[in-house]
Amino acid sequence: MTRVRILNLFSTILFRDLLLGVRNQSELVNPLIFFIMVITMFPLSIGPEQSALMQISPAIVWVAAVLASNLTIDGIFRSDYEDGSLEQMILSPHSGFTLVMAKILAHWLLAGVPLIIMVLMAGPFLYLPDYALQTLFYTLLLGTPVLSLIGAIAGGLTMGVRSSGMLQALLILPLIMPLLIFSVSAVNNAMKGLPVTGELYFLAAILVLALTLAPIAVFSALKIRLSE
Amino acid sequence: MWKWITKYASPMHFYLLANRLTPWFGWSAAVLFAVGLYGAFFYAPADYQQGESFRIIYIHVPSAWMSMFVYMVMAGAGAAGLIWKTKVSDAVARSCAPLGASFTFLALATGSLWGKPMWGTWWVWDARLTSELILLFLYLGYIALQSAIDDRRTAARAGAILALVGVVNIPIIHYSVIWWNTLHQGPTISKLDSPSIHIDMLIPLLVMAIAFNLYFAAMVLIRARMEIVEQEKNSKWVQELIVDKVSV
Repeated sequence: MTRVRILNLFSTILFRDLLLGVRNQSELVNPLIFFIMVITMFPLSIGPEQSALMQISPAIVWVAAVLASNLTIDGIFRSDYEDGSLEQMILSPHSGFTLVMAKILAHWLLAGVPLIIMVLMAGPFLYLPDYALQTLFYTLLLGTPVLSLIGAIAGGLTMGVRSSGMLQALLILPLIMPLLIFSVSAVNNAMKGLPVTGELYFLAAILVLALTLAPIAVFSALKIRLSE
Repeated sequence: MWKWITKYASPMHFYLLANRLTPWFGWSAAVLFAVGLYGAFFYAPADYQQGESFRIIYIHVPSAWMSMFVYMVMAGAGAAGLIWKTKVSDAVARSCAPLGASFTFLALATGSLWGKPMWGTWWVWDARLTSELILLFLYLGYIALQSAIDDRRTAARAGAILALVGVVNIPIIHYSVIWWNTLHQGPTISKLDSPSIHIDMLIPLLVMAIAFNLYFAAMVLIRARMEIVEQEKNSKWVQELIVDKVSV
């Protein structure tokens, strides 16, 4: 296949998914509302003291982001699986890697990017200093694509299964714990004024690894589940 | 060698072989357990710092080793099932999960019991404990996925993908967690050139480790046999087997 055709396939699927996502507004907005609500619960349960909140705010933001992205991952293949279009895509002679990458990128643009923007707006509510907020932004920029990539594996494995949302969370959460560790420790270091490049490099390495391997796993998962 | 492998990739031959091997593994495990436990309680001297309570190491360390080894066996069998599409490896992979989860739980539980007198607390958020806990989550996720998918073949192959993703992730999880926090005592055995454990303490530990392995082998064969019989229940040889059992 020529390069042009691969790019063509990639952009077709990407724009199709983006269009579907933008038209289905409640699915776009609900996870963001959920995210804000989870964050609101912490000041209410811990107390409004600035020092206590500041200390745990990176953890709050990351846990809330992980939970919110778990909610959206269910939709990545579900509707295409139910109406049969996913089967047609898999059966087509085009590269499965490209197909899966386009769907994952669409998911990240629809779920990850709004979340990052939301965090930037929520930062002042959690009394994050500027430098820490900037670091938090970088960790989310590197981390949320990994959430989409690993989430897509779980989404592919569990599509069409009863109560798949719960199952997806069980499959995803253990796999993304390193992400949580590096991200939160980067922001904590930033708050102490320490360098954060080490953690950011680790996050970037995890992202590269996930980008390389996850689409293969997703594509085989889709083939296995569709061959039932 | 290849001929031998292809022969036992057939469910029937594997079943018969497993049937013959199980008692050997089972009984040798029982004997070694008896020897190892005797050594653990009477032969090994008490620790100069930890006193008698260190003896839980003879359950704790072998089960921690097994928890990781079983995951590797599970992922290896899963990969073999994906590559050669053999039903036997699917059955083996599926049988590994509950065993591995039990070993992981045993390692965590004995570690907790050991931690109380030594560290003064049942649980610490230490690197090794935490990565063992995450390993337990990986096993539980695998089991949950298996029970959610009705079709056996699909469930086994989906599980294989999950197990392989887990194998790639385990080192990352392990080192990220170490980097995050550690309190656990350093490894005493893996420094093979000069282990920091006395030889009288080491021998029962190695005996116990072999016993755990044999026990695992016996159990995985029993479970795989059950899996195979259920999977192949419509084939002729299983029907004949059942008729034989009933008429005897």
